[in-house]
Amino acid sequence: MSILIDKSTRLLVQGITGNEGSFHTQQMLAYGTNIVSGVTPGKGGEWVLNGKIPVFDSVRIAVEATGANTSVIFVPARYAPDAIFEAVDAGINLIVCITEGIPVQDMMRVRNYIEQRDTRLVGPNCPGLLTPSECKVGIIPGDIAIPGNVGIVSRSGTLTYEVLYALMLEDIGVSTCVGIGGDPINGTNFIDCLSMFEDDPRTDQVVLIGEIGGIDEELAAEYIAAYMTKPVAAFIAGQTAPPGKRMGHAGAIVEGGSGLAADKIKALEAAGVQVAKHPEEIPSLVKEG
Amino acid sequence: MKLHEYQSKQIFARYGIPIPKGKVAATAQEAKQIAEELGSRVVIKSQVLVGGRGKSGGIMLAKTPENAEEVASQILAMEINGLPVRKVLVDEAAKIEKEIYLGVTNDRAAGKPVMMASAAGGVDIEEVARVNPEQIIKIHVDPLLGLRDYQSRDIAAGIDLPREMWRTFGYIASGLWKAYSDCDATLAEINPLVITLENQLLALDGKMIIDDNALFRHPDLAEMRDHDVEEPSEIEARKYGLSFIKLDGDIGCMVNGAGLAMTTMDIIKLYGGEPANFLDIGGGATADKVAAALRILLTDANVKAVLFNIFGGITRGDEVARGILAALDEVKTDVPMVTRLVGTNAEEGREILAKANMITAATLSEAARLAVAVASRRQVQ
Repeated sequence: MSILIDKSTRLLVQGITGNEGSFHTQQMLAYGTNIVSGVTPGKGGEWVLNGKIPVFDSVRIAVEATGANTSVIFVPARYAPDAIFEAVDAGINLIVCITEGIPVQDMMRVRNYIEQRDTRLVGPNCPGLLTPSECKVGIIPGDIAIPGNVGIVSRSGTLTYEVLYALMLEDIGVSTCVGIGGDPINGTNFIDCLSMFEDDPRTDQVVLIGEIGGIDEELAAEYIAAYMTKPVAAFIAGQTAPPGKRMGHAGAIVEGGSGLAADKIKALEAAGVQVAKHPEEIPSLVKEG
Repeated sequence: MKLHEYQSKQIFARYGIPIPKGKVAATAQEAKQIAEELGSRVVIKSQVLVGGRGKSGGIMLAKTPENAEEVASQILAMEINGLPVRKVLVDEAAKIEKEIYLGVTNDRAAGKPVMMASAAGGVDIEEVARVNPEQIIKIHVDPLLGLRDYQSRDIAAGIDLPREMWRTFGYIASGLWKAYSDCDATLAEINPLVITLENQLLALDGKMIIDDNALFRHPDLAEMRDHDVEEPSEIEARKYGLSFIKLDGDIGCMVNGAGLAMTTMDIIKLYGGEPANFLDIGGGATADKVAAALRILLTDANVKAVLFNIFGGITRGDEVARGILAALDEVKTDVPMVTRLVGTNAEEGREILAKANMITAATLSEAARLAVAVASRRQVQ
């Protein structure tokens, strides 16, 4: 077991013939992910990666032909909302959107559309998911994590790699790593992942990596205090970030006194979460777990 | 991207929201002329993108055109919170009976837009939210349906607006919603929306913030950007696709990834140093991008040391190392550099950098400690 992705994942890549899409399709395939098809409108009928993967004009046709149940999106920001709507309407269960820079009002429309349907969206502006030695959906490097019993959920990319790598150096393995993305409006939040990890028999502990902006960490803290039986360790980035400035991620901003790292750390500690002073401390917190 | 008051009000007017008669002026002479045309008492309002204009004396009344010229020349010579006043708005002065707040913004947690109104307008709404949250009415709007008329009526009733004004208020609320929605705003607010002595509703002040990520479909709005509010180094960085924010410390940071860049700043602070900036060079950083980033970092005379923290995933360590060397070739400097490379091709990267007389570190904590140490040594010299 793991959460969201595993050996049974049948992956479709939207934007498979683009630069990013084709590079990462190769990487995911090399990791052993079962990629069944790709979509690029206008390129249906082609085969990519030495004839291994068929390309279709639409997600609906690709799903009918290849039984894809998960989609990963590498489509430029101005077309990505449409790509998400298309995947939802084609009946995809899990959509992972890597794209950065989607206008926030588009994301609000996407989120309110998806909430009325039976589809989960992870991202956008995220590195995707990794269930070590089983399946990689997105851009997390495969060689920095080993299988194990620690679940990871994070708003960041390279900071997550940092934690995965630090854990691997200490021989600590991961059940599933989920990058939920750095945008202010996203499809899956901390609580969604915490509850899935709580229910996952292969996960014994959880690492939560948050950052300034919004109140998602505070809500996660309330949830942890009320429902989590498994230990949670955390790290929050952005303690030195000045207010009113967007720190790279669209969602990483302290506005009107809300979204401060100090408030998030306080809330998590009050919920019994061990909060690391820096990411390299996480392996020792997990060992204590 | 923030819009000026006059720009926001021009947009509001296009959506049928009543605004005072007025025009923007860049000189005192123009201000006088506008006051003459209006033929009434006027308000001269500095157009700068900071709060507290009123408190700083940046908003003043003028009774005659001559007085308007005088006041405008005073205001145009001002600097408000570090920003020069380049334009003033000359508006017909309104006779105010009551001030209301009306705004629409994104509610992150709800994933929906929220329209907010308060009978306590004309003041800082965040302050009202803190002290008297019950004085603010909030109504979430389904982004797929838009603001419905019944919601406008609920808001009007919620702020005790007289019934005879509900219809006009409804037009204003729906205009504000459309302006927010059509312009991809993250905030559109009227503060205050006033009831005049003549019992008319009038948007006296306006503010809009546009989503930077949506500017690709709003070239007309993108042109309204006021560069005065940005550091020149931040403008320069944007040209190269770098995410850069200037800070006050003395340790320059160059990192791939926003979360890791924030973390690097935090760790520098944890070890007693102060970061000079936030800088995310993004994925697949090429030599010329690294060079541009280094040039921008070193234009800050405060920088006593530079810390490179690169986690190679998609970005390859050797590629970044070559980028750093190429950058150093171009940007001659004696500022000490500490590098930490981990992940894909990190070994090759470290070998390349070893030849360049750089301090290398294995962990993030070690890198931060070393950077803080060399920076403080340099300060003593």
